[in-house]
Amino acid sequence: MTAKTKAKPAPAQDAAPRLMSGAQIVVEALREQGVTVMFGYPGGAVLPIYDALFGQDAIRHILVRHEQGAGHAAEGYARSTGQCGVALVTSGPGATNMVTPITDALMDSIPMVVITGQVPTHLIGTDAFQECDTTGITRSCAKHNYLVTDVNQLARIMHEAFYVATSGRPGPVVIDIPKDIQFATGLYVGKDGITKPTYMPQRKPNMDAIRIAADLMTKAWRPVFYTGGGVINSGPRASAKLRELQELTGFPVTSTLMGLGAFPASHPDWLGMLGMHGSYEANHAMHDCDLMICVGARFDDRVTGRVDAFSPKSKKIHIDIDASSINKIVRVDVPIVADCAEALDALITEIKALKRKMPDLTPWQGQIDTWRARRCFDYKNSKDVIKPQYAVERLHALTRDRNTYITTEVGQHQMWAAQFYHFEEPNRWMTSGGLGTMGYGLPAAVGVQAAHPDALVIDIAGEASIQMMMQELSTAVQHNLPVKVFILNNEWMGMVRQWQELLHGERYSHSYSESLPDFVMLAKALGGHGIRCDKPGELDARIIEMIDHPGPVLFDCRVERAENCLPMIPSGSAHNQMILGEITGNEIGEAGRKLV
Amino acid sequence: MSDASTPTNGNGPKSAYFLAHADEVTERRTLAVLVDNEPGVLARVVGLFSGRGYNIDSLTVAEVDASQHRSRITIVTQGTPHILEQIEAQLLRIVPVADVIDITNSKTGIERELALVKVAGTGEKRVEALRIAEIFRAHVIDTTNESFIFEVTGASEKLTQFVDLMRPLGLVEVSRTGVLSIKRGKEKG
Repeated sequence: MTAKTKAKPAPAQDAAPRLMSGAQIVVEALREQGVTVMFGYPGGAVLPIYDALFGQDAIRHILVRHEQGAGHAAEGYARSTGQCGVALVTSGPGATNMVTPITDALMDSIPMVVITGQVPTHLIGTDAFQECDTTGITRSCAKHNYLVTDVNQLARIMHEAFYVATSGRPGPVVIDIPKDIQFATGLYVGKDGITKPTYMPQRKPNMDAIRIAADLMTKAWRPVFYTGGGVINSGPRASAKLRELQELTGFPVTSTLMGLGAFPASHPDWLGMLGMHGSYEANHAMHDCDLMICVGARFDDRVTGRVDAFSPKSKKIHIDIDASSINKIVRVDVPIVADCAEALDALITEIKALKRKMPDLTPWQGQIDTWRARRCFDYKNSKDVIKPQYAVERLHALTRDRNTYITTEVGQHQMWAAQFYHFEEPNRWMTSGGLGTMGYGLPAAVGVQAAHPDALVIDIAGEASIQMMMQELSTAVQHNLPVKVFILNNEWMGMVRQWQELLHGERYSHSYSESLPDFVMLAKALGGHGIRCDKPGELDARIIEMIDHPGPVLFDCRVERAENCLPMIPSGSAHNQMILGEITGNEIGEAGRKLV
Repeated sequence: MSDASTPTNGNGPKSAYFLAHADEVTERRTLAVLVDNEPGVLARVVGLFSGRGYNIDSLTVAEVDASQHRSRITIVTQGTPHILEQIEAQLLRIVPVADVIDITNSKTGIERELALVKVAGTGEKRVEALRIAEIFRAHVIDTTNESFIFEVTGASEKLTQFVDLMRPLGLVEVSRTGVLSIKRGKEKG
C-alpha cells in the first residue's frame, strides 16, 4: 500500500479521500458522530488514540479512576441525553474491567460504544502483556463487537458501531483496536451510506396488529398500560405519544423501574411502579385487568412474580422493537414488533378513526381507588430517627422544582428512591435495573453531570454500594462535576439483610457493613464536601446545604437500621399476594426459597 | 457433536418463577442460519445456544457464496415450540445473521448427511459388510486386505442404521458431517 509511505496524514477535508492514522480515524469518526464527551482511562494499548485526543477540543475526555467507572459514566450520559455513550479503555485489565458496564448496558438496552485497545496484531494469541481475548469475553455481553484487523475498515466499523448501538433495541458495541492498527495509515470514510444488510430493525408496526389492538382497546372494561424502558429508549416522542394515547383513552398507567418518568407521576391515572416492590394498586390492576397494553417492557421476573398466576384474565398486547422479547416469558395475544413511538402513534390514529364509544371506566377506576386506599407506601415516621422513606420524600420535596437528575446504586435505597421520588419527565432517572450493579450510581451521576453541567445530579446511594465505586468522587472533583451523593446509611447491606430476615431465619451472614469509613472525612480526603445528618429535624437544612454547595458532596444520612422495603411480592408469589405491613418470616414457601 | 450446551429441562419458557407451559412436548427442528461470513460469527451462534441453555444435536457450517461472504449454518436442535420460537428470534437478533429458515416445518425441506465409516475384518464378516454397503448404496473409498472405508449419504436415521449394522462386523470408527439442508423447488431459502 503506497499510502503507508506518506509521513504525514493529509489534513482533514470534507470532499477528497482522507488518509490518516488509525488513531486519528477513531477521533475523527467520534467527532463526525457528534460525540462531545467521552469517558476513559489510558494504557499502553491505547496511547496512540490518547495522543490523537491531545490538544483537540472537539471532544471532552473525562478521566475516571477505574475503567468500570468509565462504562457506567457513559451509560449515565446516554440515559440522560438519549445519545450514545462512549468509553475508551486499554487492553487486558482495561477491557475486563469494562465487562460489568457492558453487561449492564446490554440488560438495560443502553446505547454505548466501547473502544478497547489491543496488543499489536502480530502478538495476538501469544499471551502478550495485557492481552486478553476481548471480543471473546464480550461476545455474549455486548450487542455486537469487532476486532479491527485492517485500518482501512476502521472508519466503517466505527460508524457501523454507532448505528448498531443506537438503532433497534439499543445496546453496547465493543470495538477492539490493536495498537499497530492505531499507528497504521488508512482511508477515512464518512458516516453517510453506512448500512448493514443483515441488521435492519423493524420500526413501523404491522397495521393488522394495530387494528386488532385498537379494537381491543376500545372494548376494554379493565385496561392497564404497562410501560417500560423501551418508551424512554425510543426517545421523547414516545413519552409524548404515551401521554397522548392515555389522554385519549383514560386508561391507568403503571411502569417498570426502567420506565419511570415516561408518564408523569403527578397524573391522577398514574398507578406507581409495579413489580416486587411496586404499588399495591399497580400490581392488583395488573392481576385483575382484562386488557394489558405492554409498551416497551419485557415481563421481567421482578415484574411478573409467579408467571403461572400472572394476570390470568387479561388479553395482552405487547409492543417491543425486539421480536425475541415477545412470547419469551408470557404468551401475548397481539404482538407488535415496532418502535414504541411509531406503534403508539399508529394506535392513536386508529382509535381516533374508529370513533367508537368506549366502555365506561368508572367501575374500574373505583376498584383502583379501593386499592389505592390501602396506602401501601405508608410507613411509621419517627421524631428521633430518620426513616429512609422520609429522607427520600424530603429530598424529592426540596429538589422537585429544580432541574434534577437522579441516579441510584442497587438495593433498598434504590427501591425507596423508585417509590418515593416521583418523576415527571423521561431521562431523569438512571438506575441499574436488569443487572442490578452495585456501584453504578456514582459514576453514572458523573456521566449525567458531564452532559448537563448546570443540573442538580443526585446519586441516591447506600453505604455498601457506594464503596464499590467510591473512587469516582475524585473524578467528579477533577472535572468540576458537582454531583451529590445522598447515602441512606443504615449500616447494613439492607436488601441482603431484608432477605435474610425473610428467608434465612434472621441469620445475618456477612451483611453488616462493618468498619465503615467516616464519609465526611472521606469526602474531604477526596476533595469534596461531607455532610452528616442523623436527626429528622435537621434533615431539610442539611439537604439544602447539599444542594447549595457548588462542588461534589457526600451526604451521610444516618437512617433507621432495620427498616424493610415494603410492599413486597415475595418470590414465588402472585401479584395479589403482596406483603404490606410487616414481615413475619412465614411469607415464602419452600419452593419460593430456592428462587432469586 | 452431541450436545454443546448446558442441560435444559426442555419444557417451557425460562423464568425465575415457575414454568408456564410445562405441558408442551419437545420437538426436533432443523434450522438453516444464513450469516455474513465474518470472524467470530460461528462463535456468536454457538455461544447463543450454550449461553441460553438450548440444545445442539448437530451443526454444519461452510461458506456458500464467496462473493457475498455468505455462510450457511445448519443446526439441528430440540425444544418445545415455545423454546424453538425463542431460538429463531434470538438468532435473528445477532447482527451478522441475515436469515433463519425452519427446514423441518417448511414441508419442502430436504435433509442429508454424509458419513465415513471404517470397518475392519476378514472372511465372512468382510463379505457381509460389503453386501450391506451395497444395499445402503455406500461407496467404498478406501480398502486394504483387512478394512474398508465406506462413504454413505442420506437421512441421519439411515446413517445411524448403517452404522448399527456395521458394529458386529468390525466397526472401527465413524465420521459424520452433521445435517445439511435445502428446500425443494426453484425458490431460494
